[in-house]
Amino acid sequence: MVASRPAVLYNRRMKKRNLLGEDLARMLKGGVIMDVVNAKQAVIAEKAGACAVMALERVPSDIRAQGGVARMSDPRLIKEIQRAVSIPVMAKVRIGHEAEARILEALEIDFIDESEVLTPADPFDHIDKHTFKIPFVCGATSLWQALRRIDEGAAMIRTKGEAGTGNVIEAVRHMKVILREIKELRSLSPAKLKSIATEQRVSLALLKDVREKQRLPVVTFVAGGIATPADAALLMNLGAEGVFVGSGIFKSPHPEKTARAIVEATAHFKDAKKLAELSTGLGGAMPGLEIETLQTRMQER
Amino acid sequence: MTVGVLALQGDFVEHLSILESMGIQTLEVRTPEDLSKVHRLIIPGGESTAISLLLESSGLKRAIVERVKAGTLPILGTCAGVILLAKHVTGKNAPSTLRLMDITVDRNAYGSQLQSFDEKIRIKGSSKPLNVSFIRAPRITATGKHVQVLATYGSSAVFVRQGSLFAATFHAEVKGISAVHALFLDA
Repeated sequence: MVASRPAVLYNRRMKKRNLLGEDLARMLKGGVIMDVVNAKQAVIAEKAGACAVMALERVPSDIRAQGGVARMSDPRLIKEIQRAVSIPVMAKVRIGHEAEARILEALEIDFIDESEVLTPADPFDHIDKHTFKIPFVCGATSLWQALRRIDEGAAMIRTKGEAGTGNVIEAVRHMKVILREIKELRSLSPAKLKSIATEQRVSLALLKDVREKQRLPVVTFVAGGIATPADAALLMNLGAEGVFVGSGIFKSPHPEKTARAIVEATAHFKDAKKLAELSTGLGGAMPGLEIETLQTRMQER
Repeated sequence: MTVGVLALQGDFVEHLSILESMGIQTLEVRTPEDLSKVHRLIIPGGESTAISLLLESSGLKRAIVERVKAGTLPILGTCAGVILLAKHVTGKNAPSTLRLMDITVDRNAYGSQLQSFDEKIRIKGSSKPLNVSFIRAPRITATGKHVQVLATYGSSAVFVRQGSLFAATFHAEVKGISAVHALFLDA
């Protein structure tokens, strides 16, 4: 979410932040993070120009179709993927599952996604991310969720969208909601700002920083339902700083070609002629789902 | 003078911010046409494999090499930018590079993100240490005889110069530090 450009884009003085993790997130900007379920897919993703891979056992559309409890991946799979690629490796843990996160940190991956795509483990709390050296990315559907996650120590935010649907509407919704809520902060009086911080359980210092800078203090990607180069370009134009693609690549008819096209579209999101070329002859996208037909809305987790 | 920042992937906005805070005219470079409008170029941090592919497909790779060979394009590369400027890259899945600087670079030499660190480094000729970030940083393992070492960390060169080409394995731009950019622009 690029707004004004002061010399230091983010407030680095605020306490208890994983600044090294936030810096790694900056290096991912303008890039595509791809879900992969094995080392072979990870290599395809790297060769297509992914800026990182997300290691998981089943892509969201399969989790959705097969049901059952979705958990952290087998460490063996993660190690195989780490050995296969040179780009950052991310992996998912269940919301609130600190033990899974400790395991991933011990494996020395690069980033943990505390993700609603897996079955939540804690009905009350997210992980206290301050106690980790490894950085976390967390999903959000609103400014308030984003700020609570940042208060807990998240080094990066992504919109939740609705994973595994190939339907971009929820990613657009969450991006627009967050942007609108940031804009609306400008008109609030100091007293109102204080009361809303209390009501939403977010720190006032953080809220003041967002109001002043008119952006979240950490890098913000989009996720959930992105399936085509045009989807990626749509969200980059809205102000996303990069894109997560889950099922959209390896559930498409030609994963290599689709992956490459989404990488190019994310870099050249303003170039309509280029986007037309990139969208040509992909053989279709993954099969999509209407949000109304879903049994499980992962975004509500 | 217009300074271009390669804007294909990575932390190019941070570099643009530093330049703009110095009152420099900037341009985001995504195509050879963009490149033809700039007098200097910065290659930011990011993923070198991703940037390498995008350099190739955009036609920028050839255009950059031509400008450098003609002596009309000073470049500053940071982190991934160092890898992309290097003649030799070691480590797995090394990307295809511009092969412009006589240096050997080991990718991700320090390890995963858990080995990323902040460190104070001092540029030669300056008394003031800079607190910079090494994020999954590459390590310069060898330098040719025309390469000048401008800063070191431990036993490794972390900031080097070869003629009008500069390469720093660390990030000063994420800290809002303009000293590295100032040195590049003065040269």
